Amino acid sequence: MAQLTRPVRHDPAPSLWAYRLERLMLTPAVRFFLRAGVPFLITLGATSAYLGDQDRRDQVLLTIHELRDKFEMRPEFMVKLMAVEGASANVESDIREVAQLDFPMTSFDIDLDTLQQTILELPAVKDVSLFIRAGNILQINVIERQPVVLWRSRDGLDLVDREGVVVGGVSTRATREDLPLIAGDGARDAVPEALRILSAAAPLKDRVRGLVRVGERRWDLVLDRGQRVLLPVAKPVQALERVIALDEAQQLFARDLSSVDMRLAARPTIRMNQDAVAHWWLSKDMLVEAGQ
Amino acid sequence: MMDLYESQRAMRNMRRAAMQRGVVAILDVGSSKIACLVLRFDNAERVTTGDGVGSLAGQAGFRVIGAATTRSRGVRFGEVEAMQEAEKAIRTAIQAAQKMAKVRVDHVIACFSGAGPRSYGLAGEVELSGQMVTEQDVSRVLAACDVPDFGGGREVIHAQPVNFALDHRSGLSDPRGQMGNRLATDMHMLTVDAAAVQNLVHCIHRCDLELAGIASSAYVTGIASLVEDEQELGAACIDMGGGATGISIFMKKHMIYADAVRMGGDHVTGDISMALQIPHANAERLKTFYGGVIATGMDDREQIEIGGETGDWEHDRRTVTRAELIGVMRPRVEEILEEVRYRLDAAGFDHLPSQQIVLTGGASQIPGLDGLASRILGQQVRLGRPLRVHGLPQAATGPGFASAVGMCLFAAHPQDEWWDFDLPHDRYPARSLKRAVRWFKENW
Repeated sequence: MAQLTRPVRHDPAPSLWAYRLERLMLTPAVRFFLRAGVPFLITLGATSAYLGDQDRRDQVLLTIHELRDKFEMRPEFMVKLMAVEGASANVESDIREVAQLDFPMTSFDIDLDTLQQTILELPAVKDVSLFIRAGNILQINVIERQPVVLWRSRDGLDLVDREGVVVGGVSTRATREDLPLIAGDGARDAVPEALRILSAAAPLKDRVRGLVRVGERRWDLVLDRGQRVLLPVAKPVQALERVIALDEAQQLFARDLSSVDMRLAARPTIRMNQDAVAHWWLSKDMLVEAGQ
Repeated sequence: MMDLYESQRAMRNMRRAAMQRGVVAILDVGSSKIACLVLRFDNAERVTTGDGVGSLAGQAGFRVIGAATTRSRGVRFGEVEAMQEAEKAIRTAIQAAQKMAKVRVDHVIACFSGAGPRSYGLAGEVELSGQMVTEQDVSRVLAACDVPDFGGGREVIHAQPVNFALDHRSGLSDPRGQMGNRLATDMHMLTVDAAAVQNLVHCIHRCDLELAGIASSAYVTGIASLVEDEQELGAACIDMGGGATGISIFMKKHMIYADAVRMGGDHVTGDISMALQIPHANAERLKTFYGGVIATGMDDREQIEIGGETGDWEHDRRTVTRAELIGVMRPRVEEILEEVRYRLDAAGFDHLPSQQIVLTGGASQIPGLDGLASRILGQQVRLGRPLRVHGLPQAATGPGFASAVGMCLFAAHPQDEWWDFDLPHDRYPARSLKRAVRWFKENW
């Protein structure tokens, strides 16, 4: 007899606003906004509300830094010493000076690129490669510039490599007796040519004092006793070889002459010393007298 | 007429917009139930074929993605009677269908069975302007149809050209491009009560929906339940609904007549309720479970508890035999069918070459109805079920959903109506910019 208590019939129709709300919820733009926009806005709002406070922001940054430092300071990443290979003692000390690293330090703080640039700025260094090798050692492999000549300038004596770069200075000629000497403006820019001339001048090695660059275009070979060979701009080596051949045949440089001018290949010229002609006449007279 | 033309064209544009959006709702406002289907059109597969029925019976390219039915309220005889109630019922159906489809629908195509449909046959004849029939000539001949005085307060909902005749050749479906001198047309026009349409439109607008089309239930039921050759050869579709019974006669794939009887299954229920003195809901239950129209000896012995909720034990425990129930139902069903017979005779259905009659609609599910109908309507009677369409739930495939399914087909491939053709030149306002544009278009 359930029918006696008549239940209140439920109206299945949605109210107008419920209907409108449901239609709104089925609109694609609204659905997208609810699915993507609202979570985004909530996240954004919560984050900015939390980070709005300066103290909290500092706290967060501090925590991040601490964690980072802790990680970087782990013994696996600590570099304990620096090994320099291929450099002479003073270059090595220069490198240690410019690198300015106080070990032990973490490898995250070592900027190898900048360090390489810094070391490359040292004049004595031609090339350098850096890496952190096993055992946490900063390995620096240096290729040094090899000084090949001494260059005498107004400021003093400098060591110059094959490419004309000043590698270092020396106080006296005697410290590097093994290197030939060049001088004059622009001498540094023609070091390879100078070396070729000097190797061609090997037969005169005992007498060669050095090379002088004249007018930044040609070389003078200077021998002892103030003798000079004036070499041309073009083909100086051949010109020198001609002079040496002449010397071997005629003992040219043993004579009392001040210079051999090879600047014009077709017309080599020699200049006698001031009194040489007079002496020559004198000795000739003496010979004549003796002969008679 | 101009006004109607504009409003129908506006609805067509709305339909096009709905197609572009790809989602449109179908609303069958009946007296006993309101059904709502949500259709999705996939634009890639828009097949337009010349004649009425294309591939897959014209139902390629759409799919039912939402379906809902609700008990109708505030609708009687297929007309809106109580606006608030009807609006609530429509809202319920729409919301449930939307929920199932998971998409919002803004455009709705509605149909209703009542509002006193009246058919008119129109004829028009016009001399061709040139040798060949052009689109303009078709427009002119449609405009030349002499519209009968269908009275104030009525509105045209269908106006379909059903036949074209060129000189002495008749039965052309598309005269465009053919040679001739005189073009004549026959047009079928269906008018309904304007107030009923206005009420329905108002209800739908109150649900925040746009009306993309409106159709007569008799017409769309015919589309759904008549098979192709029945439509071609001539057949009548009887849509036995809750509050009204629709009649539509098809010939050569066009509806040529439509009418409605203001009686239906609800009246049968009412008779049972009155005769057995039981509530309406119980009567409806008895009708659907034990109803019938032809009694047998077995039915005399079958006792049915009819129930009741008066609280009087004796009264609530009464039983009737099934034969008694059939005896209550049969006269009313006979009356409906007699009325249908009368309307068909008035329409001249017996002159048609094929006299196939198809019974459909919710009330056509009474057992034995086809036997009774064949005695009253003629020998060629069958029970019709709507076509299968993609995605239609099993619950919505019964004959009660014939008009809803027909509306799907109507939405996908509407037949050419008078307002689908452009207005003839001389109907444009004299200084219209459109007229100037048209002149340029045609002369260059």
